[in-house]
Amino acid sequence: MKIAIASGKGGTGKSTVAANLAFTLARSREVALVDCDVEEPNLHLFFPGSAVDIPVTTPVPEVDLARCTFCGECGKFCRFGALSVIKDRVILFPELCHSCGGCSLVCPQGAVGEVPRTVGRVACSCPLPALTLISGVLNEGEVQAPAVIRAAKLLAQGHPLTLYDASPGIACPVIETLEGSDACVLVTESTPFGLHDLRLAAEVAERVGIPAGVVINRSDGQDEATLDFCRERGLPVLMTIPFSREIAAVQNRGGLICRDLPGWEDRFAALFDGIVKIAGVSR
Amino acid sequence: MIIGITARAEGTSAPVEQRFGRAPYFVFVDTETGKSESIKNPLVDAAGGVGPRAVQMLAEHGATVVITGQVGGNAAKALEAGGIKAYAYRGSGSVADALAEHTAGNLQPLPLA
Ligand code: SF4
Ligand code: SF4
Repeated sequence: MKIAIASGKGGTGKSTVAANLAFTLARSREVALVDCDVEEPNLHLFFPGSAVDIPVTTPVPEVDLARCTFCGECGKFCRFGALSVIKDRVILFPELCHSCGGCSLVCPQGAVGEVPRTVGRVACSCPLPALTLISGVLNEGEVQAPAVIRAAKLLAQGHPLTLYDASPGIACPVIETLEGSDACVLVTESTPFGLHDLRLAAEVAERVGIPAGVVINRSDGQDEATLDFCRERGLPVLMTIPFSREIAAVQNRGGLICRDLPGWEDRFAALFDGIVKIAGVSR
Repeated sequence: MIIGITARAEGTSAPVEQRFGRAPYFVFVDTETGKSESIKNPLVDAAGGVGPRAVQMLAEHGATVVITGQVGGNAAKALEAGGIKAYAYRGSGSVADALAEHTAGNLQPLPLA
């Protein structure tokens, strides 16, 4: 079973939920936790330890100048500006390339080949006996987040229970993360902004066709607008984490509330039961 | 010599646009014949990588000199590779004004990569 944890925007506590859920589940079974927030992976901060790095490469074009007639077709085709033909030069901006392969298709001379290029890495560690942490890390300035996410998800394949921590927002890395998940947990805060971002995130989950539930984080007890929205959309509220100094203190020092505060392990276990229910698959 | 100038509208009386790749128009002026041609920039709303693509377009129109406000790193690299010179016009005048300043030798070259 694959569970994605997403949120419309950053800072809602998505990683906190992912880390606590993973820790709780790893008490009783094998869990793979995949950090798909490749532009800013942070789950390793909850689970320090040494990791094994695997590079992630994607193909970028290489032009055979002996065949090239500088017709300019490849440059005109590439909508990312990764390739420009200027007079008798073909200039490549590999960090702009999305590896779509289009330039080699349009080249009338068959002059465009492919070479691998490293765009990031996947860091793999075992911070707890039953927990495998897989973090995708996109190199700075690179655009190929989906490639790194794909590699990280691939490495987690075969694990019976996998949690994906998506990047915030609703852009293509999030879609890449949600693909193939059985259920999606949307983490939100009960503020007007939080509701706006929840609405966007819920739409994405709906579009990808994944059953979703909501976790309200830092609740001040005034969650009516959020609850109304969830009722309207048929989104079950799976868990509410109140705003409290105690919880904030644990989180500020990078701690896990399910480990450091009494009662929270049970509540995260109950969250998992709720997710299993909405996913409608057996664990 | 053909000079490409980034502009907000068509024609040589249009105001110069400071942005390079996302300029609404490119006005090409042939300094020998004095003729000009205005091209609507198809890249204004493109997602990214507009700099190098704009350079390829300018090169295709035969421009060897560009006058604009500023260029980004990738555009600079492409201009450099194509041997196209870029000059900065930071005033609020028209394309014709920028050309006059260029002819008078008052424009500073933009640093390329
Ligand atoms: S399409 Fe092929 S032949 Fe044409 S400029 Fe590109 S690499 Fe050269
Ligand atoms: S593979 Fe696609 S993105 Fe990369 S240079 Fe070719 S056309 Fe552009």
